[in-house]
Amino acid sequence: MTTVIEAEGLTKRFGATQALAGVDISADRGQVLALLGPNGAGKTTIVRILATLLKPDGGSARVSGYDVLSDAVQVRQLIALTGQYASLDEELTGTENLIMICRLLGFSRPAARARAGEMLERFDLTGAAGRALKTYSGGMRRRLDIAASLLGQPEVLFLDEPTTGLDPRARLQMWQTIREVVAAGATVLLTTQYLDEADELADQVAVIDHGLVVASGTPQELKAMTGSRTLALRATDPAHTGQAARVVAEVIGERPDITAETGLVTATIGDPAIVPAVVRRLDEAGIVAAELTLRLPSLDEVFLNLTGHPAENDDSERDRSVA
Amino acid sequence: MTTQLTQTTGAGVVDAPAGPPPRAALRRRIGPRQTLANGLTLAWRNVMQLKHSPEKLLDVTLMPVVFLALFLYVFGGAVAGSTHGYLELLLPGLVGQMAMFATMGLGTALCEDIHRGVFDRFRSLPIARSAPLIGTVLGDTVRFCVVMIMLTAFGTALGFRFHTGPLDIIAAYALAYVFYLAVCWISALIGLIAPSPETVQGISFIWIMPLVFGSSVLLANTSTMPGWLQAWVKINPVTHLADAVRALTIGGPVGSHALITLAWAAGIMVVAFPLALRQYLRRA
Repeated sequence: MTTVIEAEGLTKRFGATQALAGVDISADRGQVLALLGPNGAGKTTIVRILATLLKPDGGSARVSGYDVLSDAVQVRQLIALTGQYASLDEELTGTENLIMICRLLGFSRPAARARAGEMLERFDLTGAAGRALKTYSGGMRRRLDIAASLLGQPEVLFLDEPTTGLDPRARLQMWQTIREVVAAGATVLLTTQYLDEADELADQVAVIDHGLVVASGTPQELKAMTGSRTLALRATDPAHTGQAARVVAEVIGERPDITAETGLVTATIGDPAIVPAVVRRLDEAGIVAAELTLRLPSLDEVFLNLTGHPAENDDSERDRSVA
Repeated sequence: MTTQLTQTTGAGVVDAPAGPPPRAALRRRIGPRQTLANGLTLAWRNVMQLKHSPEKLLDVTLMPVVFLALFLYVFGGAVAGSTHGYLELLLPGLVGQMAMFATMGLGTALCEDIHRGVFDRFRSLPIARSAPLIGTVLGDTVRFCVVMIMLTAFGTALGFRFHTGPLDIIAAYALAYVFYLAVCWISALIGLIAPSPETVQGISFIWIMPLVFGSSVLLANTSTMPGWLQAWVKINPVTHLADAVRALTIGGPVGSHALITLAWAAGIMVVAFPLALRQYLRRA
């Protein structure tokens, strides 16, 4: 495995705020590295440094072996960046935007036109190709943004919160696109506030808090580290609630919580493999479940677990990284 | 889209970078040819924006008409005895004045533009660092053309006539354009320093007004002005531009005015361009 993205001891200060306090991350070729953390944790700052948009105060970072400071010209030939906010021209049409990027990448005029048309078709934007970007929906913008990022076949793709603000359908489409980018051989670094997104897409996750990597590993390792998932069960017949709770207690060996009003039985479990056992025992007892879910720990729970404090949402990072 | 994309998985939505990068093929620096090509592409972006929102050209469309009509009828009788006589003097002067005023929109637009996501995209692309700035300035050529066409067309409708050959006339507008391009970099610099677009407007008026009005734009004869103002008028590049354009359009000796204008343009460019670029790289 070749290390494609590597950063050591990155620090960055914006005025009185220490945005990064010594960040080390690395990603191998063809991997997806997710930076997970709340707003203001420093994720965007890391991406901007790796994408050569921002100079770190300290530390170093390399992309495919090229230093982001001294070899920025080479780095920019290898990467593409899709920002949190549409990084395209609001007033140009979809086609014009893509042609512009192609031309900047050195495509000839006919080649730029052809490539733009091809990508618009692949991202299902042909119908909107002649409309100004400002008329696009959130999902369409992200698609065009990704299309623009893929025009030059980057080796490394940076996606800053690619699904924030998208509706569930658009979010699934974005996930699918990211998987295809990776299947095609690119290395992806994405930032996200959602644990399920990191779980879904990432090979490696780095949890960022207050400018530091507080935990890193595969999603499995991380979940093991953060412990538990929540099993929630509700019987169709409220009269069976007590019995259902007993079944859960027998399987996991601990008394579950029961919410009397809703008849919801919840328990914290470490090993998801016990779910089939619960289902089997419920079936044997003749209890029909109206609801049976296994929920991942939420980001809040992960944070509480890893940092000992709840995730604070502070929007200042956005303002800072723009300044 | 999902299904469609699923079918094309691996078949080239992204056209995989096959294997490790061809390292030798990576460029180490961006040459001047590519800088110009990138700048022209980004100028095209600005022109397309104007095509989609032509109302952005409203100021440069109306300004020459309003200014020409106002100055002509307010001062014409008093200064030259007749509006027609004054028109010959005024229109070439206004070529210089309008070249200055046409640069004002640039700083404001740049100040607004710089924080949009698209500049992040530009700066993450393997293009010349200066290309977005060069593109903005070159794209604004449209504004220069509109202002000059409107001024000349309206002036002609009011009775203005050229007394020189086509080459002289072309030289007159070309000189104004070169000076305009240089001044654009001052406007760009202010747009990059100012905290908000409104501030840009305010600052622009303060430095443009003394240059435009403390000149020979409105009066060829400056002998009635106080000594200190005459001294200012003499060194003011807008005076030299106006006098050169006058000579090249209605006749008379061009003298050193054209050369002094070009020297000023070169001087402004040499100072303002690196400063604007440095400010852009620092701020963006």
